[in-house]
Amino acid sequence: MYRYDEFDATLVAERVAQFRGQVARRLSGELTEDEFKPLRLMNGLYLQLHAYMLRVAIPYGTLSSKQMRKLAFIARRYDKGYGHFTTRQNIQYNWPALADTPDILDALAEAEMHAIQTSGNCIRNVTSDQYAGAAADEVEDPRPYAEMIRQWSTFHPEFSFLPRKFKIAVTASDHDRAAVKVHDIGLRLYRNDKGEAGFEVIVGGGLGRTPYVGHAIRKFLPKEHLLSYLEAILRVYNLQGRRDNIYKARIKILVNAEGADNFAAMVEKEWAAMKKTDIDLPREEIERIGAYFAPPAFETLPEESASLEEQRRRDPDFARWLRTNMAAHKTPGYAIVNVSLKPVGGVPGDISDGQMEALADLAEDYSFDEIRATHEQNLVLPHVRKDDLCAVWSGLKRADLATPNIGLVSDIIACPGLDYCTLANTRSIPIAQRISERFADLGDQESLGELKIKISGCINACGHHHVGHIGILGVDKKGEEFYQITLGGSGAEDASLGDIVGRGLSADATIDAVEKIVACYRANRQDNERFLDAYRRLGAEPFKEALYEAA
Amino acid sequence: MKLLKFNAGRLVPALEEPPVEVSLEDWRANPQAHAGATALKISNAAPLDDIAGDLSGFSVVILAFPGFKDGRAYSQARLLRERFGYTGEVRACGEILRDQIFFMARCGFDAFEFSGADADSAAAALKDFSHFYQAAADGTAPVWRRRLARAAAA
Amino acid sequence: MKAVTANRLDDGAVVYLDESGQWTAELALAARYEGDDAEAALADAKRRATEIADGYLIEVTETGAPAGRTTLRETIRAAGPTVREDLGYQAAGR
Repeated sequence: MYRYDEFDATLVAERVAQFRGQVARRLSGELTEDEFKPLRLMNGLYLQLHAYMLRVAIPYGTLSSKQMRKLAFIARRYDKGYGHFTTRQNIQYNWPALADTPDILDALAEAEMHAIQTSGNCIRNVTSDQYAGAAADEVEDPRPYAEMIRQWSTFHPEFSFLPRKFKIAVTASDHDRAAVKVHDIGLRLYRNDKGEAGFEVIVGGGLGRTPYVGHAIRKFLPKEHLLSYLEAILRVYNLQGRRDNIYKARIKILVNAEGADNFAAMVEKEWAAMKKTDIDLPREEIERIGAYFAPPAFETLPEESASLEEQRRRDPDFARWLRTNMAAHKTPGYAIVNVSLKPVGGVPGDISDGQMEALADLAEDYSFDEIRATHEQNLVLPHVRKDDLCAVWSGLKRADLATPNIGLVSDIIACPGLDYCTLANTRSIPIAQRISERFADLGDQESLGELKIKISGCINACGHHHVGHIGILGVDKKGEEFYQITLGGSGAEDASLGDIVGRGLSADATIDAVEKIVACYRANRQDNERFLDAYRRLGAEPFKEALYEAA
Repeated sequence: MKLLKFNAGRLVPALEEPPVEVSLEDWRANPQAHAGATALKISNAAPLDDIAGDLSGFSVVILAFPGFKDGRAYSQARLLRERFGYTGEVRACGEILRDQIFFMARCGFDAFEFSGADADSAAAALKDFSHFYQAAADGTAPVWRRRLARAAAA
Repeated sequence: MKAVTANRLDDGAVVYLDESGQWTAELALAARYEGDDAEAALADAKRRATEIADGYLIEVTETGAPAGRTTLRETIRAAGPTVREDLGYQAAGR
């Protein structure tokens, strides 16, 4: 993985020193809160309901064991013994003191991490496929390009005060695990008919108040022009994006107001006028960054592991976990291990300091020191020998990290909601907890197959409810919590926005409604089709009927 | 209100008579009526595609920050410097925070109508960072060029 | 009735203005105001910029419990996350 050189290290250290000065000026009263707020937000420091919240970037979701141990140290030393993984490959601490934040950032810098641009109207932490470098289905590792974007976007002098926040995601697989179609810019690396690798550039997707699936404004962008093309998009957006209304300021509004073709023409015109040699990285630098992402020293192994098969036969729990939590690796004899942060009744994405350290140890022993964070609030050990899967599973079980539910009904995305967040209208976490308890039977979960429930506690949609197979949006009605259900959304390569079914429901009725929807699916399912495919085949009607019948 | 300008690389208070300003719209409507103007004020919304011909008679271009969150003028300044080759003064006016001026300087601004923090504080903020990842209008070599140069020297 | 609440500047903890003009962690001890007095108390509190980050008025009952549209939000602020009863003020057994 990428390692800082002296330039990267200096920049991060200087940012911490700058922020230390800003915090001191605030504590002394030299800065008012109104003046300080934009400064702390540029470094991911929010003020939430109970305390400050610090959002730390995990660029493209890649972590080393050392970094994970540092995150555990911060949780223990400066917070309340846990952290929360978000839908954007960040980790959030919910209880840091303002005066401690410069020291926390120093600790992060020691492990080559930072909180730069994790908030504010700037280019946020660039996200990617959690299986990058390991996925059997990828064209090439997308992370070198994500790292190039990280560097290019860091303290970009022109794009630090955009109309609104800006999120870029990169994938290199046909199966989209990075939700690139619902980002401000989604980049899909693929090979064209001539066998050349380049990017499909998708712009103007996003969730929130006005959800859109993005438009491909360029079918094929040669890889070497990635940064100049991004700069052209950002310049058009910075100059033309709306600033009169915060709810209409994202690039998706501009793209859809102009029309994708017209917007594409504006970008192409700007791009044509740019001096690309000042922006695009030369081959030497692309190769320098790419070298950090060279595959680890995989052993030459047979595809099948006899010991694994023996253990699988012996232990049905292990066999179940393999079925749900293991994914195919590109290298024979290796597998990708998904680590669920969604125990039944748990808080989605939360992890204790001890669990972080247990995972760091497992990564060091069994996964070439690498851990990944996913946008679905889980973690991944990307490079595990099949021979070692049973040992990894045992280690995860000891740390309470072996819930076998990846992609199943209890693998729920939920934003922090009104338990923590000052923007929220309703709680989200208790809904997730109760659904996972209602569907606690692992056999039932597995028989239902892939079913993605996503819950947001307000219209800002941090819980991605629009792209949940079942989406749940919390709405406040005269001080009471109600929940609006959507069906048929997807954030993957078959991206779509869910349809609203029925009126808002109480929390109790929402849990029942999910059960009825699932029962309706079970009754109407053909062969082994997924919930999403059944919904697309059947439409909303049978599900509405199932809901109204009950009401 | 205090005007700060670069002098030999340092940001210092400038004591000078204010320039005679004219907006781009007024200038284009009637250049003869504004023959004595020395500063061209360009609004955030003005398209710059055909600005080149308007710039030659002005020693100052003024760009606006109607609020500190409104960043359109960063793009405008880069376009003036990098695309249209404007070498006169590019002045920032409006709501400017101390911690923003290093972004502005990188985009090609070299004069700042400043209120609030004093000149020493603003000048210090310019020294917060010693490297930059991107090329911009200030001519500083981006980190990747410095890496290449170092590799070539090794 | 209204009370003044804020988050303390140094650690962000929830606080309320009490009768003696001090910040307290207990909503029940918060001073309760009617009408313009509440606005005046808030304006005074906001001037204490090195003590608090953000101040605003909340609606409370005569016994000092959260009231009105933000009842749930202010109940959660006063106690802690409903999903982690070991955290926040509720953890101290209040």
